[in-house]
Amino acid sequence: MDTTHPQVLPEGSPLVRFSGVTKCYGPLTVLDKLDLDIAQNEMVSIIGPSGSGKTTVLRVLMTLEKINDGVIYVDGEPLTHMPKAGGLTFSTERYLHERRSKIGMVFQQFNLFPHMTALQNCVEAPMQVLGLSREDAEERALNLLELVGMGEKKDQHPTRLSGGQQQRVAIARALAMRPKVMLLDEVTSALDPEVIGEVLNVIRSLNSEHNLTMIMVTHQMGFAREISDRVCFFYEGKIAEQGSPEQLFGDPQNERTKQFLHAVLDAS
Amino acid sequence: MGYWEFLVEYLPKLANGAVMTVMVMVCATLLAVTVSMVFGLMRLSSHFAIQGAATVYIEFFRGTSLLVQLYWIYYVLPLMGLTLSPFISGVLALGLNFGAYGAEIVRGGIQAVPRGQYEAALALNMSPFSRMRRIIIPQIYTIILPPAANLTVELLKATALVALITVVDLMFVAKQINATTWLSAQVFGTALIIYYAMARFALIPFLRWLELIAARKIGKA
Ligand SMILES: Nc1ncnc2c1ncn2[C@@H]1O[C@H](COP(=O)(O)OP(=O)(O)O)[C@@H](O)[C@H]1O
Ligand SMILES: [Mg+2]
Repeated sequence: MDTTHPQVLPEGSPLVRFSGVTKCYGPLTVLDKLDLDIAQNEMVSIIGPSGSGKTTVLRVLMTLEKINDGVIYVDGEPLTHMPKAGGLTFSTERYLHERRSKIGMVFQQFNLFPHMTALQNCVEAPMQVLGLSREDAEERALNLLELVGMGEKKDQHPTRLSGGQQQRVAIARALAMRPKVMLLDEVTSALDPEVIGEVLNVIRSLNSEHNLTMIMVTHQMGFAREISDRVCFFYEGKIAEQGSPEQLFGDPQNERTKQFLHAVLDAS
Repeated sequence: MGYWEFLVEYLPKLANGAVMTVMVMVCATLLAVTVSMVFGLMRLSSHFAIQGAATVYIEFFRGTSLLVQLYWIYYVLPLMGLTLSPFISGVLALGLNFGAYGAEIVRGGIQAVPRGQYEAALALNMSPFSRMRRIIIPQIYTIILPPAANLTVELLKATALVALITVVDLMFVAKQINATTWLSAQVFGTALIIYYAMARFALIPFLRWLELIAARKIGKA
């Protein structure tokens, strides 16, 4: 039982709050008392060296992994925990099921369902989970496939699509659940260089025209600089430095940030 | 008696037996598939008792002789008040036994679906039941069909055991003919050819066709 964290956040709190979140794999501490707030409509990029815990931040928020300590709040309510008596206790599956749809995730490896067409991929969860009729779900899915430029390919199976096309369908599939926050984990890392642009364009338009709240783990420094409201530099499970893109890329304060930026900017 | 005359005289009888063999085969396969699915899923349950029950079942049926299981169902269950026809006994023994092997194939197939599929379905907030039924199970067929096909051919060959509990199948008819004519080479030679032909020209092509359909369903081939 946790009594140090509040059962609800006050009005006007950020959409997502990590409060002292710790995640361990055995003896390895991957997230170390992490505090992180994400405001409504904010676009936050997470950068940092391999193994610094970037993917883990997204996975614990998506509830794919349980945390060891701390609390994650979404929409003012605890997500990893639920209120019990005077404090908080770990969420049950049922409690999670009622809240998980607020979060959407796009994976590095797309993870489209191979036995379904692009359209079926986008219709499945809205029908099964949100209880939409087939008509409504298809209308919603078609609009989103158009939005990501995949309307023409709606009846193709994933194996018939390029990596860039698959990733755009995966974005549409996540959007079809109307999440309040979208998590993007290195969504262009598995793509051939010539198709990265088409996926970045989709993300750009989601950000500028649709004002979606997004947390994006990326190695595309130029893109992060262009699009983010805020950039967080992760090092060993902590935010070593964060700030506006101008400040973090233009005038980094932390030694680790400087080293990291040197290394990646030299490499590209 | 030449082989041709032998065939003219006895092939119709052997064919009748073969029809019974096919019936045993089809019913036992349907039972085995059901048992495989149910116990394969139970093996992956996070519930200790459910998983344990499946493990005991699989261990028992794989660890003891099929012939003894057959005799148990046909000769021992009546002593406990449950009398079953030879046909039902044969189908039960074959289905329950091969289902235990099939359950392990199903379990392996489910575990072989990439973890990302499970995670994508979870990220879409699909319930455990929907995840299994709509996302994971439809993807196991391409994985499990090749080993399941081997097992099905084994099952066809094992149906010959039901002759021992008086099911009038191909093997039973062959033994009958042999007992009256002593044409052992002709009778059992023909029976071998019929078993081979059923497997080679009916069962295996059918299973290949299923594999092709499964591959198409996930956009391969
Ligand atoms: N399932 C797991 N079991 C054990 N260790 C893990 C697991 N997942 C990640 N890790 C470890 O946690 C650390 C952080 O991983 P991750 O968040 O994927 O880093 P990043 O995305 O920044 O490269 C790494 O050292 C990684 O090896
Ligand atoms: Mg990562």
